[in-house]
Amino acid sequence: MTTLTTTLPPAGIQITTDAATEPFWQAAKENRLVAPRCADCGTFRLPPSPFCPTCQSQNVDWVTLSGRATVFSFSIVNGVPGQPELTLAAVVVDLPDAPGARLVSNVVDTDPAAVRIGTPLTVDFVEIAEGWKLPVFRIDSAAESAPLAGT
Amino acid sequence: MSASGPFDTAIVGVGATPYYRRGGSAPQTITELAGKAILAACEDAGLSVRDIDGFAYYSGAGAGYGQSMDTATFMETLGIPEVTFSAALTSGGGGSAGSIGLARAAILAGDATVVVTVMALQQVKQRLGTVFGSVAPSPENSFLQPSGLVGPGHLMSVLARRHMHDYGTRREAFAEIALSSRENALTRPKAIMRTPLTLDDYFNARMIADPLCLFDFCLETEGAVAVLTTSAERARDLRRTPVGVVAAAHGGVREWGRAFAWYGMPDEYFASSGHAPIARRLYAKAGITPDDLDVALIYDHFTPMVLMQLEDYGFCKKGEGGPFVESGAIRYKGGSIPVNTHGGQLSEAYIIGMTHIVEGVEQIRGTAVNQVPDAKLALVTGGPATLPVSGLILGRMQ
Repeated sequence: MTTLTTTLPPAGIQITTDAATEPFWQAAKENRLVAPRCADCGTFRLPPSPFCPTCQSQNVDWVTLSGRATVFSFSIVNGVPGQPELTLAAVVVDLPDAPGARLVSNVVDTDPAAVRIGTPLTVDFVEIAEGWKLPVFRIDSAAESAPLAGT
Repeated sequence: MSASGPFDTAIVGVGATPYYRRGGSAPQTITELAGKAILAACEDAGLSVRDIDGFAYYSGAGAGYGQSMDTATFMETLGIPEVTFSAALTSGGGGSAGSIGLARAAILAGDATVVVTVMALQQVKQRLGTVFGSVAPSPENSFLQPSGLVGPGHLMSVLARRHMHDYGTRREAFAEIALSSRENALTRPKAIMRTPLTLDDYFNARMIADPLCLFDFCLETEGAVAVLTTSAERARDLRRTPVGVVAAAHGGVREWGRAFAWYGMPDEYFASSGHAPIARRLYAKAGITPDDLDVALIYDHFTPMVLMQLEDYGFCKKGEGGPFVESGAIRYKGGSIPVNTHGGQLSEAYIIGMTHIVEGVEQIRGTAVNQVPDAKLALVTGGPATLPVSGLILGRMQ
């Protein structure tokens, strides 16, 4: 029987925020995936940081994204300290509606063999410690079977 | 140019403690281990520890993760009377080779005359293999840590996967790096791993972070290594054959940046080691090409990063690292560029890059256990990681 992928035990996942990153996590609490786009030159950046790397502006528009993503690369983690039975699909994803920005996340509830570079994903949210929510991804089987899907 | 040749500075002493498995160096402390390495380097050079007037660290003078070294503490217990330079390269193991450049800068600026670079490492409080799973989350790593990529090898496995995808690199190539390193360690009295490793062993090993298995990960060892650098002029009067600092460089480009702590690298940098800009600067400074190098001591925390450095340093074309290593090119016996003749961090010991500097010195002196005949130029690299990364070319004094 195949072990399906999970996240780390959600109750143990902690995050902290600062002025630049807080809006990302507040939006996640509302099940919205957002990314900061420079209000002056339009460059997306993740993780959120104080300046635009292209024009150094500090003005930001927080854009709500579609939640679609594709696997840029990944690793299948077989066990972590204290949790040897876990199987994690740790992924670096491209976000088609935030070009240039990437997220590091997990693909959950899948056979790890189904995760490939280019696999289309869609966002979901998992409640973690202290009432925060973590964006995670599921394989987007609708997009996967669509004729235009691919790498 | 001085009569001592085209080099302005030289490594004149190296010293190390024994290497220990994780937990094995107790009850010694970081200060004790580092002190023993410093004294051994002084003995090697024929210098008194009182001659040391400079400290050039890397990794922010950290001793692994969670512990640190301190110049004043060393002065207090070793009896070093005055220090005129004490500085560290930022970030982590990427600066190991570059720390010799920091020493050189101090000497050329007239700020110090005998500069020690030292690293000591213990892993009882925190093992490095899963270090990122245990640190308190910062706002920055809250975008990384929840993924369960709990250690540096887990993080770099994602780069390895992309390299396999982009270029068709096979696990056989990673295996060859592990096997070649192990073969080199078999003859090394101080090596931690001295039993042969077979391809079957490799493919039967636990997949820690697929595509990487146990043998793609370096050792979690303990110990200390110190290196003494001084002016070429002074080097000529010392005990050992001086080893010239031909070129040193550290830094890197934004496209690499925080590397696998960030993963924002553009495609052409993602499946790389971040070392291409360092390689360009080193070769330009030295006036050489990769073909001129006799031996390469490549920072090997994880096998795929050796492969990607071989590409970035121009031993083969970008993307051809897999077939290159699979051809036997990096073997001590029969290879076109022997790599990690000391067994590296994969099989000898992991002291965050310092063992590579020691091996570079021994190769140029002609005293290495696995000596490359008539080695004249050695490349030493620091770890592909968050910038700065670094490199060093060592050569014979005239």
